[in-house]
Amino acid sequence: MVYAQDKPMAFKGALIYPVTGAPIQNGILIVQNGKIIAVGDANTKIPSDAMIQDAKGKIIMPGIVDTHSHLGGPEGGDNSAALNPDTRAFDAINPTSDGFKKALAGGLTTLNIMPGSGHLMSGQTVYVKMREAKVMEDLIIVNEKGVYGGMKMANGTNPMRGTNGFPGTRAKSAAMDRDLFVKAQEYKKKIEKAGKDSTKLPERDLKLEPLVEVLQGKRVVHFHTHKENDILTAIRLSKEFGFRVVLHHVSEGWKVYDEIAKAGVPCSIIVIESPGGKLEAMDYSSTNGAALSNAGVLTGFHTDDGITDSRLLIRAAAMAVRSGMNRDKALEALTINGAKMLDLSSRIGSLEKGKDADFIILSGDPFSVYTKVEQTWVEGKKRYDIKNPDDKAFLVGGFKVYSAEREEYLNHDDEIGNQ
Amino acid sequence: MPFIAQSQTAIKAETIYTINGAPITNGVILVKDGKIESVGTAKEISIPKNYAVVTAKIVTPGFVDARSVVGLSGALNIPTDQDQLEKSSPVQPELRAIDAYNPEEKLVSYVRDYGVTTMHTGHGIGALVSGQTMIVKTKPGKIDDVTLVPMEMLAMTIGSSVQGNFTSPGTKAKQIAMIRTELLKTQSYMQKQNEKDTAKHPATDLKYEALSKLLKGEVKALITVNTTNDIMNALRLAKEFNFKLVIDGAAEAYRLIDEIKAAHAEIILHATMARNGGDMVNMTRESAAILTAADIPVSIETGYEAYVPKTHVLLFEAALAVTYGLPYEEGLKAITLNPAKLLGIDKRVGSIEKGKDADLVLFNGDPFEYLSKVCKVMIDGNWVSANCK
Repeated sequence: MVYAQDKPMAFKGALIYPVTGAPIQNGILIVQNGKIIAVGDANTKIPSDAMIQDAKGKIIMPGIVDTHSHLGGPEGGDNSAALNPDTRAFDAINPTSDGFKKALAGGLTTLNIMPGSGHLMSGQTVYVKMREAKVMEDLIIVNEKGVYGGMKMANGTNPMRGTNGFPGTRAKSAAMDRDLFVKAQEYKKKIEKAGKDSTKLPERDLKLEPLVEVLQGKRVVHFHTHKENDILTAIRLSKEFGFRVVLHHVSEGWKVYDEIAKAGVPCSIIVIESPGGKLEAMDYSSTNGAALSNAGVLTGFHTDDGITDSRLLIRAAAMAVRSGMNRDKALEALTINGAKMLDLSSRIGSLEKGKDADFIILSGDPFSVYTKVEQTWVEGKKRYDIKNPDDKAFLVGGFKVYSAEREEYLNHDDEIGNQ
Repeated sequence: MPFIAQSQTAIKAETIYTINGAPITNGVILVKDGKIESVGTAKEISIPKNYAVVTAKIVTPGFVDARSVVGLSGALNIPTDQDQLEKSSPVQPELRAIDAYNPEEKLVSYVRDYGVTTMHTGHGIGALVSGQTMIVKTKPGKIDDVTLVPMEMLAMTIGSSVQGNFTSPGTKAKQIAMIRTELLKTQSYMQKQNEKDTAKHPATDLKYEALSKLLKGEVKALITVNTTNDIMNALRLAKEFNFKLVIDGAAEAYRLIDEIKAAHAEIILHATMARNGGDMVNMTRESAAILTAADIPVSIETGYEAYVPKTHVLLFEAALAVTYGLPYEEGLKAITLNPAKLLGIDKRVGSIEKGKDADLVLFNGDPFEYLSKVCKVMIDGNWVSANCK
């Protein structure tokens, strides 16, 4: 994909939130060839051949990272088994999905698109940039560990179906997980024993290969979990097998933030309008963001689109601040913290020289209801402009704006109940 | 929050949105015996000595949720706490909301904490006629204490959600045919009841008693329809049987403004943050603004959610409608006086005026701002919430 400009582009006059540094009043951001080449105050030198965009009165911050999305139709396990490490969101997603236009309207620039939570392990997730793309290869971003996704796991209600090889209880859920990880450990040992002798390698096993990556610490487990006991179980499993885990949703995080902090486990939380909808969300609290981040837990936000809307992730952070989360921590939770959870913090999540030119231009304070995302830039290309009526249509909706042929918000492997 | 009985309170505020004229700056509201005693500027109103005084930045009337299922559709979302949809047959207008409403449902106090003081709730979406709705105050109490109107409307649905719930109706044409058949039978029932010869009177039938109220104009039809075709179906039925129509959901109403006005149909608009799939795929967040600009009064609802979150928060939905072009005070009206009028309870609620119920919401900032909080809520002159959230 050719970058839009080889000429540098400078954005002047905005309040800039680099996130990894202090806010810059009347700042200058300069991008070229998809990267940030400078960010600083009004004295920052602008190259003579730079195109200049006036951003006076605006706010510029890093593009938002959504660590848990189902846009594009990731599918995953097909209900034939509870554990599906071999199925990949990569093989299912529609790269030209309308949903990605919604994400851009919401200021999202990087997504972790995951299979659903109706399985103990529903498959490999995929890390994508909101680039223009026809094929998945052009959408993915390979991270610092050399992988372009994680492994989705879930405990609690959703995978416990009690029939057809699915667990009916929590103890069974954990036992099935452990059994699989033990097999993965054995497989990993065989691979290591073979050393450089390829004749001694075990037969390829598509289920166990990605789990070897998990055991090696290359591939992160993204673990959907709500209740206190389920949260602690997920942590326990990660400690037993030594895998890196990010907890997702964490509805009862406010009950066990100390244990989570002690375990050093990051949390990506969801912000929902009200508690309930299922037993394990009854004790959801809007104070989770504050409780976790104040305890020193690396905290991020996600939409779980279609459970909440990609256009409203920035609102989620504002609501967390309403319920007591520190403003700066909330901004980090939208950006750099999510990047860290995806092993992408060397490339995205803050406005720093050398990082990808992923940024958004806001009409006002990020945490005001009146603020609009005006522009969304991905790797130096403007991918969304509210002044473009076609783009704005995806923000607002309207007749035949969204194509209905794939009801992607239902693609949550039967997590959404009857009616 | 314990139920603190106060018979006399004065509320002083930097801004009072009375929804009855221009906002009042540096205003005072006097509350006595559960009613608004007076409201005006601090200069106009002197506070009697024995009144408890409370200050706030901004005060609005208590919010009126134009359509909810809270109290029938419980937070746990298990079969035993979901009473908003009976699936034994698609036309059951005789099902009363008062026989199902649970005032102690967790979500009642939850929405109260965010300023909803009056709720039009009851049977839900997904049956041709799912049952009756009612109007309650969200204050603590037993059902008779909190009921404002025991039978308000007949809840109906035309759309794709009905097909999944019953073997029949299976198609749209069948949905309409079934409704028309039942309404024709109701006309026949009513005719027979008017016979001079009492021997010709029909046996009392709860179903047709309820539908008679619709055809007599005593209650309105609350029809959930979102697509253009389904809205047209509702308008056509209302014309054929001459009943009062409230279009609930109304996702594509913005395409049918002339037709809706010509029919004098009323609108309850879906939550701004409703998921835009299925029948809602063509919704726009600008609907409230578009309809209001076309002089169609808009009442915003929280409506129904099948999963997580189990209820929307009315205040947040109005806030987002304002972000998408609905003028500020119209945004407040959409969750106060407009629904109060539509529900026929505007003599009691919907604005801060002498003689109306003392239902008030106190804020520490702009009610629509994300970072503002609802600090206190009053219903019928008593504080029912002081959680500042």
